Amino acid sequence: MAQAINVEDLNIYYGDFLAVEDVTVTLQPRSVTALIGPSGCGKSTFLRTLNRMHEVIPGAYAKGSVEIEGSDIYGPGVDPVNVRRRVGMVFQKPNPFPTMSIKDNVLAGVKLNNKRISRSASEELVETSLKGANLWEEVKDRLDKPGLGLSGGQQQRLCIARAIAVKPEVILMDEPCSALDPISTLAIEDLIHEMKQDFTIVIVTHNMQQASRVSDRTGFFNIAGTGKPGHLIEIDETEKMFTNPSNSQTEDYISGRFG
Amino acid sequence: MSATPARTASSGLVTGSGASERRLPWYHLLLTAAIAIALAAIVLVLFDSFSIGGLVVLGYVLHLVIGYGYSRIREGRRWANDRFATLLVFGAFAVAMIPLISLLWEVLHRGLGKLISPYPGYFWTADMAGVVGGMVSGGIAHAIVGTLLITLGASIISVPIGLLTAIFLVEYARYGALRVLGRGITFLVDVMTGIPSIVAGLFGLALFITITNDPGIRIGLMGSVALSVLMVPTVVRSSEEMLRLVPLELREAAYGLGVPKWLTIVKVVLRTSIAGLTTGVTLAIARVIGETAPLLLTVGALPMMNGNLFSGRMQTLPTFINSQYRSGNAVCNSDAITNPITHMQYACSTTINYDRAWAAALTLILMVMILNIVARLVSRLFAPKLGR
Repeated sequence: MAQAINVEDLNIYYGDFLAVEDVTVTLQPRSVTALIGPSGCGKSTFLRTLNRMHEVIPGAYAKGSVEIEGSDIYGPGVDPVNVRRRVGMVFQKPNPFPTMSIKDNVLAGVKLNNKRISRSASEELVETSLKGANLWEEVKDRLDKPGLGLSGGQQQRLCIARAIAVKPEVILMDEPCSALDPISTLAIEDLIHEMKQDFTIVIVTHNMQQASRVSDRTGFFNIAGTGKPGHLIEIDETEKMFTNPSNSQTEDYISGRFG
Repeated sequence: MSATPARTASSGLVTGSGASERRLPWYHLLLTAAIAIALAAIVLVLFDSFSIGGLVVLGYVLHLVIGYGYSRIREGRRWANDRFATLLVFGAFAVAMIPLISLLWEVLHRGLGKLISPYPGYFWTADMAGVVGGMVSGGIAHAIVGTLLITLGASIISVPIGLLTAIFLVEYARYGALRVLGRGITFLVDVMTGIPSIVAGLFGLALFITITNDPGIRIGLMGSVALSVLMVPTVVRSSEEMLRLVPLELREAAYGLGVPKWLTIVKVVLRTSIAGLTTGVTLAIARVIGETAPLLLTVGALPMMNGNLFSGRMQTLPTFINSQYRSGNAVCNSDAITNPITHMQYACSTTINYDRAWAAALTLILMVMILNIVARLVSRLFAPKLGR
């Protein structure tokens, strides 16, 4: 079910502004790829092009090709809605639907799409998704309570459960722990470890320790200056990136000599 | 930090101006108020112009001065300023309440009597057919039905147009040519907000005369159309504000699950903001339900029940109030009046027209109030829920 992502010559724009230039990279299936880099370098922007979420912003678009399972998601006639069903996303701030219970939040992908689902199937989906997000034990007695009543860390795991309930092939995480405390962060990182058995995971993080803890490969984005486009400087095995990077910019950044 | 008198009174460090700063308990205000009221009473009696209203006003003004001075001496400059500002705020609140309370009191006082005589409910169930002169009978059933129907018609026209326009402005008019179009619509909506209601009435009249080629046409639907001209901009503006309040993250969360845009709008954006949308629509209805001028032009008046929006004149509460009040005092040549058709005898009252007008006004206020309560309940029912 997990798929590799082949990105070729991807240029990402906000209106006339070129935000990220010429990214060519292959993201491995059943592994975690971390994207690091300074603020504004385009790593979140790049992440959002992988499920065509980028174009939700007025005037934003991308040129180039992103192939998942051999088909280009930017090809003609491709419906972004279908892309997003295959490539799930977890956001920086936990964003459960405020009008829905815990259970309905997990089932949101089904219910919001007006799909019919039998009662037993929905109960099973809720349980497996919440178990997959390591949240089942904490909420199994209050599935009908509002999702907003959970703590921040639990809400973020609820959002992960919501994403995996759609059964995607790829899961994108945009700084999923930046709004959470260390304990909740640990819970999410453990979860990412387990999830890579089933999914291709791409995670954007500002925390280099986190990148070294959770990822198999790490990519470093950098920007030459304000107003210039961001570039993917280097991507390699995480261990090599943090011990012996081949590019001097990467070394400066991870050793704190950046800027 | 200087709330504890013991610390601040003895410590020269905390006091900025050198005077001792300490907070006295609130009942010191009663003392200064009593002094101010007493002083005001003495002054008024001396000038031989004592009245309760004068006492309150002069007492308040004197209290501003006396309370400030007392606080300045005992508590220091900062607290004195605080006392002064607090008194001003409470004064403004009291002034703002005067028209509201006096209006409610006046309408209740003048309207309630007619509303419950000869028995509660009669006034709401009878119409004005066959009621002449100072005859103590007749009611407003026809006007209530007319007001409800015409307002309902206006809502049925305005809410979909207004809501869909707001959705277009918030969700679609975001970039390029659509954005320019959206700006234009916003401008026109703002202009529409300022249209005088009589002009809306003329519009409704002219529109239907043009369509039907009958200069004498007066039907309920015309009133609905005229009112909807007034209602649409209110609905657009309030719905737009509410839709903009829905965080972008929620839309993205839905998109991220592979939910199409239209379903995201229907099931996430509208669902999340429905409490606010209901409030906005209620306010828009409350704004038009008391409109008189456009209804006088388009719907006319009728002394009896007409429940058909699409044919004939109708009576509405605002126009009923207007016509009753304009009729003025009735003439009573004897104590009783006989209905020439039914031969039933009724008592005669010279003030009956005024009584009916006030009772109808009270009914109109009650209707708006009930509408507000219902909207609040709906809001509460749909509001995003917190809690563990």
